[in-house]
Amino acid sequence: MSTYDIIIVGGGITGVATAYELAKKKAGRILLLEKEFVSAGSTGSCAAGIRAQFGTEFNIGLMKRSLDKFEHLARELDYPEDKIELWQGGYLVLAYSEKEWENLKSRVEVQHRLGIMTEILTVEEIIARFPQLNLNGVYGGTFHQRDGHADPLHTTFAYARAARRLGVEIREWTRVEGLVQERGKIRGVKVNGELIEGEKVLVACGAWSSHLMKTVGVEIPLWGEKHEILITEPLERAFAPMVISFSIGYYIQQRPHGSFIMGIGPENPAHWHDPRDFDFSPTWRFLERMSQAATSVLPMLKSVNIVRQWAGLYEMTPDAHHILGPIDEVPGLYIAAGGSGHGFMFGPVVGELMAEWILGETLSYDITRLNYQRFQKGELVREPAVVG
Amino acid sequence: MDPKKVIICRCEDITLEDVRNAIKEGYTSWDQLKRVLRIGMGPCGGKTCRILVLRELAQHLNVPIDEVKTRPTVVRPPLRATPLKVFAKEGK
Ligand SMILES: Cc1cc2nc3c(=O)[nH]c(=O)nc-3n(C[C@H](O)[C@H](O)[C@H](O)COP(=O)(O)OP(=O)(O)OC[C@H]3O[C@@H](n4cnc5c(N)ncnc54)[C@H](O)[C@@H]3O)c2cc1C
Ligand code: FES
Repeated sequence: MSTYDIIIVGGGITGVATAYELAKKKAGRILLLEKEFVSAGSTGSCAAGIRAQFGTEFNIGLMKRSLDKFEHLARELDYPEDKIELWQGGYLVLAYSEKEWENLKSRVEVQHRLGIMTEILTVEEIIARFPQLNLNGVYGGTFHQRDGHADPLHTTFAYARAARRLGVEIREWTRVEGLVQERGKIRGVKVNGELIEGEKVLVACGAWSSHLMKTVGVEIPLWGEKHEILITEPLERAFAPMVISFSIGYYIQQRPHGSFIMGIGPENPAHWHDPRDFDFSPTWRFLERMSQAATSVLPMLKSVNIVRQWAGLYEMTPDAHHILGPIDEVPGLYIAAGGSGHGFMFGPVVGELMAEWILGETLSYDITRLNYQRFQKGELVREPAVVG
Repeated sequence: MDPKKVIICRCEDITLEDVRNAIKEGYTSWDQLKRVLRIGMGPCGGKTCRILVLRELAQHLNVPIDEVKTRPTVVRPPLRATPLKVFAKEGK
């Protein structure tokens, strides 16, 4: 018998949420290994926006469930509300062309059908509600009040703490060097040259996942892509929603703490498959492009001070959707990664569904289309509403 | 001195007691403390509080200060808080 029933590699939102959900289902002895500390990867560098304004029925339904979970998370995990800092000031999506405007409006129908009550706002209506905005070049926008933000660090710490309380062992500063298989099935993981045995192993290593999967000869099309972000000094609450543009690629939001956090998609991002190539250095070019976009749409930001700028990785897949589920070539091995710029907001629901999948339960929401074979079969999952 | 009254991070208003409690909860590196307390995330970028926290950690863990775990240093400019308009002009 193995030392552990389930070993989870990676302490980002995906890993800790799955660990918690598994422990809640009394899945046995669970070990989570993290090479640095919980939240050290993309989760800790993200903007933590959460929204149900997606374009496909599949994603809207999934994010509706995640929003429901976020709304009850503090209580469920027994963690202070004011730390999880759920802020539902809405997402305001702006359209910068006639065509984009038509597309946004057409998605609202699907959203309404699924109970996501997005509003369609004309330029005049936007100005009436959000007079701080400069709407030059804007054709209209959509707004959904339940969208917003949660603190990514505390959300992750909250899951980790709740998981520990339920008996999950979490080892930080512990890097998994490789996966170990034997007689065609998973045997465990290697740490400091030694085998730690597990009946099942889940790889939830974000952008580092494909590299680790290679150690058992499994090729996963997933890579890291550098995305930059900055934060300003805190101000009194001046602006409630997350304002975003899919076509220009910016997003800007004032956090409950008062700072404005904002990002803009990279111009020609490299695709990094090997962690040795990962580069987190901030660039001057980003500061210029970001400041230009931000002061143009929110002129009040002109004299606000930037206090920090950093870079993180989007863990991208060919269709910008997660890769989830069992790996057929190595029974007992699972993957949950590839959030592609929206892995934080899906974290709670992905954790819940992965726990069901790993335990062989019937999935309460069918996510099987997100399996890794879809790329070979050419069955990509398309989503029009992605940013940056 | 009362640890409740000793301010370690002036920017974010965090006391020695806050730091000690977080260390007790298991946040035993600069990076973790920063993320759980926001310590070091103020306008000065941790210039004043970082060393105080490292000293507290070293004492708690009973190791020399350079053995306290940190991630490889990531530079997070700007070195001094600067308004957005400065860069917006450059971008034109
Ligand atoms: C600038 C930026 C802005 C973003 N904004 C948003 C947003 O607004 N909303 C949203 O939903 N998402 C956003 N994202 C995306 C989001 O951050 C990620 O999709 C999500 O955090 C991924 O979580 P994860 O747990 O899957 O991966 P990660 O958080 O990367 O966790 C993986 C963990 O695995 C660990 N690890 C790796 N290799 C090993 C190993 N060999 N052994 C042990 N541990 C290992 C890493 O240290 C890391 O902690 C943003 C990302 C960036 C970079
Ligand atoms: S004193 Fe801590 S960030 Fe400035």
